[in-house]
Formats: sequence, structure tokens, C-alpha cells
Amino acid sequence: MADLVIRNLHATIAGTDTEILKGIDLEMSRGEIHAIMGPNGSGKSTLSHVLMGHPGYEVTAGEVTFMGEDLLELEADERSRAGLFLSFQYPFAVPGVTVANFIRMAVNAHRKGGPDGEDDPIRIPEFRKQLQEAMELLAIDKSMSSRSLNDGFSGGEKKRFEILQMAMLKPKIAILDETDSGLDIDALRIVSGGINQLVGPDMGALIITHYQRILDHVKPDRIHVLMDGRIVRSGGPELAYELETSGYAGITEEVSA
Amino acid sequence: MSSTETPDIDLGEYKWGFRDEENPVIKMEKGLDEEIIRQISAHKGEPQWMLDFRLESYEIFKSKPMPEWGADLSGIDFDDIFYYLKPAEANARSWDDVPETIKNTFERLGIPEAERKFLAGVGAQYESEVIYHSLKTELEDQGVLFLDTDQALLQHEDLFREYWATVIPPADNKFAALNSAVWSGGSFIYVPPGVRIEQPLQAYFRINAQNMGQFERTLIIVDEGAYVHYVEGCTAPTYSSDSLHSAVVEILVKKGGRCRYTTIQNWSSNVYNLVTKRAVAEADATMEWVDGNLGSKITMKYPAVILKGERAHGEILSIAFAGEGQHQDAGGKITHVAPNTTSVITSKSISKDGGRSSYRGLLRVNKDAEHSKSKVVCDALIIDPESRTDTYPYINISADQVDVGHEATVSRLGEEQIYYLMSRGLSEAEASALIVAGFIEPITKELPLEYAVELNRLIQLQMEGSVG
Repeated sequence: MADLVIRNLHATIAGTDTEILKGIDLEMSRGEIHAIMGPNGSGKSTLSHVLMGHPGYEVTAGEVTFMGEDLLELEADERSRAGLFLSFQYPFAVPGVTVANFIRMAVNAHRKGGPDGEDDPIRIPEFRKQLQEAMELLAIDKSMSSRSLNDGFSGGEKKRFEILQMAMLKPKIAILDETDSGLDIDALRIVSGGINQLVGPDMGALIITHYQRILDHVKPDRIHVLMDGRIVRSGGPELAYELETSGYAGITEEVSA
Repeated sequence: MSSTETPDIDLGEYKWGFRDEENPVIKMEKGLDEEIIRQISAHKGEPQWMLDFRLESYEIFKSKPMPEWGADLSGIDFDDIFYYLKPAEANARSWDDVPETIKNTFERLGIPEAERKFLAGVGAQYESEVIYHSLKTELEDQGVLFLDTDQALLQHEDLFREYWATVIPPADNKFAALNSAVWSGGSFIYVPPGVRIEQPLQAYFRINAQNMGQFERTLIIVDEGAYVHYVEGCTAPTYSSDSLHSAVVEILVKKGGRCRYTTIQNWSSNVYNLVTKRAVAEADATMEWVDGNLGSKITMKYPAVILKGERAHGEILSIAFAGEGQHQDAGGKITHVAPNTTSVITSKSISKDGGRSSYRGLLRVNKDAEHSKSKVVCDALIIDPESRTDTYPYINISADQVDVGHEATVSRLGEEQIYYLMSRGLSEAEASALIVAGFIEPITKELPLEYAVELNRLIQLQMEGSVG
């Protein structure tokens, strides 16, 4: 069984009948890179938030299994501790809480209640070393770790710090929601380099994107085209180039034909 | 957590609501009249001028109406209050000489431990009297005075009288008049020229008896080029009937001196806390109020700085936390009198469980205070839709060429922001507490580490039980 298995997933905006996801099926495992592409409003971001446990959506049908567990039974924090990560398209600012302190809290939350039920907070020198390495990987200036998380950060800086958190939390599956938006070409190269280094036997990535731009740097194994809440096509990396030339409109015609 | 719920953050249990058995040496009858005032003064063996001062103040108190602005004070019954209660015979200089029950209370509050660890001096007031006082000998040798205000009157009458009620006269407001009539206890501090006290001096105020009125009076004189950081904390048992805490704090900071006054007020939710605090800063002096209001039923408190000398600097950092049934009406007042003076007011309030917090500030720049600069920032955080926040900024400028800025924000603890933090593995309670801790960080970073930890711990406590 794959690490992440999504079966016939339907979701609405909580408290309404507005259905956004209309039956999604997808399977992926660590070591794989999948990309979900689709036009604005197709449900890409909704899918990422439904998987992470956003309180604003309601799952109305279907199931999601993550590492053999029923993901939909878990709260967002439990999903995180189980090894799921979401790099937000629009991360929130937390004024007054430094990047370093926040990441250390998050790392320690992941080390709570270990196999023996014991908390195992990371030792500060070890944490500093790991943080410094991760910041170097993403070419983030050292002084940034003492700034308030996302407070006054540029769009590109926020994205870099999302990937920094990913590097520190070492998830099994990371969902990257429009991580390339707001990044200039140099930053995109650095962030993509970071992602490439982190994906491996212990981590898979689900890249959600509007453009194939990031896919020039992070090579997906599979591409899925999401339209109107459904995956309408899946294929290999070549699908990105097809989209590039014919656009989503071309796919629409093909689907409705 | 569903989208229709707001984060459920329960008020943590108030940990300091325990009470001791009463065993007073003297407890005067409930209610107030001239006779009670004469008894208080006679018992303390005060000079005639102080008795006269008290009696005049009492007349002013009677003649002044209750304030009709701010919080609702209609629940106060002046006849249902004990105005003087002496808990122990002597003001001890060693904890061993403090009566066992009272000593145990202060042990539970962590005062002797804090004293051993990081304080230069400690005063502990229980009901009407200071029952313990200490000051490091090296500071005594440098001429620093730190004693309770009653003792200061008896032992240093000339110095005392020179400054007494010069910053806050009895007629200032009804509660200042009441305090002037029945004051008892409080701290008297004198720091000689050039003496810098690096570790804080702390006073702790504890009300134990039901329907008690505590009216301490603090007078601090920081002489030229001197520095002191004074910290006060306060708690009380939880009773169904109300208590009244009405203090007056006067501070003079002379040329080039600096005074920082930190309050962490954590009264139980049956205490009316109506306090008048004001400082005068002379040329090149700095006065800083760090005012944390977490407890009480109603607080009305606006620490003030009068910038009397050129280039004087005043700073007010105010933090208020209003939970269920609480109204924190807090803020600050700055008056620029001399040219080239500067001031900053930073106010942060948090309201939850139907609590109400108000920022009330007055910034006045007098005609001669040219080239003065002032900045006011007040931020409010609302945890749930039942809670309320208001801002009343009064600005009155009579001088030319001044630079005055005012910013105010109101934010709500957002479900999405909590979700973002939860997506990193933090529980809902941890996420809420972290957002609040970050919100008040501009205040906590100004506190000595021990107090910052304490303040964050208190906030954490208030956020406990939110995992639903």
C-alpha cells in the first residue's frame, strides 16, 4: 500500500453545499515527486488544505490513508506529527515569536510522546547546528532566525521559510502549495535545490502549481491535471510540456470531447 | 475544531485564591468616619501634621463625586469595607520573625526564594501593614533607603515631608483623596545621587481578609544620576464579596536619573483595583512604567509621567488581560512640559470570555514643550466574539513643532492562524498561547527574565484547558 492513498475524496466549504473536491483519487509514496497542475479555482489549494486538516472544509465522502492510518480522523497537529507537511501558499505571520523559537517548538512537538511515551526535547546545540545547516542549504542569512516568523517578510522570504520548516521537520510527505509563486529565478533555483536535496527514500513531495516553471527544477515522476475538483489526466513528466503548448483549454476540449 | 467554533480557551484556575485564617492584632470596624482615621493615625504614632493631612483628605473624599467615566464602579460600598487591619505586631527583618501562616503564604508566592536569587531588597505587605522588609547591606551603606512608608515617616520625617503628596495631591481624584485619608504601608525609596541599584527592589502586596481595603502609599525619590528598578506584585484570595485596592504611587526622578516601575497585578476577580500613579521627570531623566494588569474585577489605572525638565523621557508599557467578568480600563498619561522631551506609550490588551479591555490615554504637549516627540501604539487582541475592546486616545497639543504619532490596531485570534501553527505539530492550546505570547512580547522583552517567565506562565495558565 502506498504511503498516501486518496480514494474518491469529496469536500465542501464547511457549513455550505459548495462542493470543491468532486472525487479525487491519488496514490503516492516516499521517494516520489508528484505534481498537481490545474487552472485557478480547480481545487488545488483546497485539496492541500483538506489533506492537512483545515477547519474551513468538510469531507463529505471518500477516504484518505496516510502511513496506514485514517488521516481524516486526525487533527491538523496530529497529521503533522504523523509526518505530513504543508508548505502554505499564504503563510501566516506570528509577531513576537522568532523563527528559531518557533521551529524549535515545532521540532519538540514532533519529539513528544516517543515510543516510550517520553518527551525528548532536542538539545539546543544540536538544534542550532541543524537549523544553521538548513539555513545554509536555502541560502537564508543567519540573522533571519531571530526575526519574528513571517512578520514583514516578502512573499519570496515566506516561501523560503516554509521550506526551512520542512527541512527541520523532515516529513514523510510534503505538500508544496504554489511554492514557486513569489520567487524570482535565483530564489526558485535555491528553493528547488533544497527540495531536491530533501526528497529521497524518506520523503516524497506533492507539488501543487499553476505553472510548469518549478517543474523545470524539480522533476516530477507523475503529473496530475486537476480541473473542477477532479483529476482529469495523469501522466509522466511530458504532460507538463503538453500543457505548456496547448494550455488547460486544450485539456478541457480533450476531456469534454 | 470545526469552522463554526472559535478556539475554546478557558480561564485557568486562579492559583492564588487560597486564604489564611485571620488572626489580626488590630482590626478596626467596617466603614469609614473621622474616628477611624484618628484611630489609624494614633495607632501609628504619627505627627500631628499627618493627622491633619488625613482629615483634610477625608473631607475632599466626601465632597468628590464618583467618577462617571471609565469602568462601572457602582458596586463599591464604602460602608462595607474594613479600612485598617494589622496582621502582625512587628515589621520583621528576617522571615523567621514573620508569623508562621503569613510566612507560609509568602513562601507559596515564591517571595523569599526570589529574594535569595535576584533581588536587592524586598518588602511584603499583608492587609494594611508591611510585615517584612529587607535591603542588601551594601546598598544601605551607600545611603539607599528602602523601608515601609510608615517607618519612613517616623524615621526620616524631613525628607519625607519635602516630597509627600507633591506629585499627587489629595484633591487629584476621589480615590487619591481616599488613599490620602486612610493610607497604610507601601514603600518609601530614596536613591542617593549617582547610586545605581542593578538588581530590582520588589514589594509584594497580599490581601487576605474578606471585604478588605488596602491603601498602600508609595513614594520613590531617585536623586541625580541614580537608577532603580522597583517591581510590585499583588494577589488576593477569591471571595464572593468585593475588596478594594486603592493605592497612590508618587515618583520623583531628578536630573539624569532613571526609574523603572514594574507591576504585575494579579488580584483575584473580586478586587476593585483603582490606583493613581504619577512620576515627575526632571532634565535628562527617564521614567518608565511597565504595567501588567492580569487580575482584578475592575482596574482603572493610568500611570502618568510629567516631563518637567528638558530632554526628559517617559515610557509607558501597558499590558491588560481581561477575562470573564473583568474590565481592565488601563492606559497612561504623558504631559510634555519642557522642550525636547520624548515619550512612548505602548499598550497591548487581550480580551476573552466576555472580558472587556479599554485603552485610555492622554497625551498632552504644553505650550513651551517645543520639539517634543511622542509615539502612541495600542494593539488589542480579541480571543472570541463575546469579548470587547475600546480605545480612548486623548491628544491635546498646544506647542508648535512637535512630532506626535498614534497607531492603533485590533486583531482577532484567527482560526486560520491557529491552524497554520497546528499544521507544524503544535496543539491548539499551544498555538493559541504562542500567538498571545508573541503579541505581548514587546512588553515581556522589557522585563527581567524571571518576570518575563512569570508573565508568560500566567498567560499560559489562562490559556490552559483549551483542548476541547
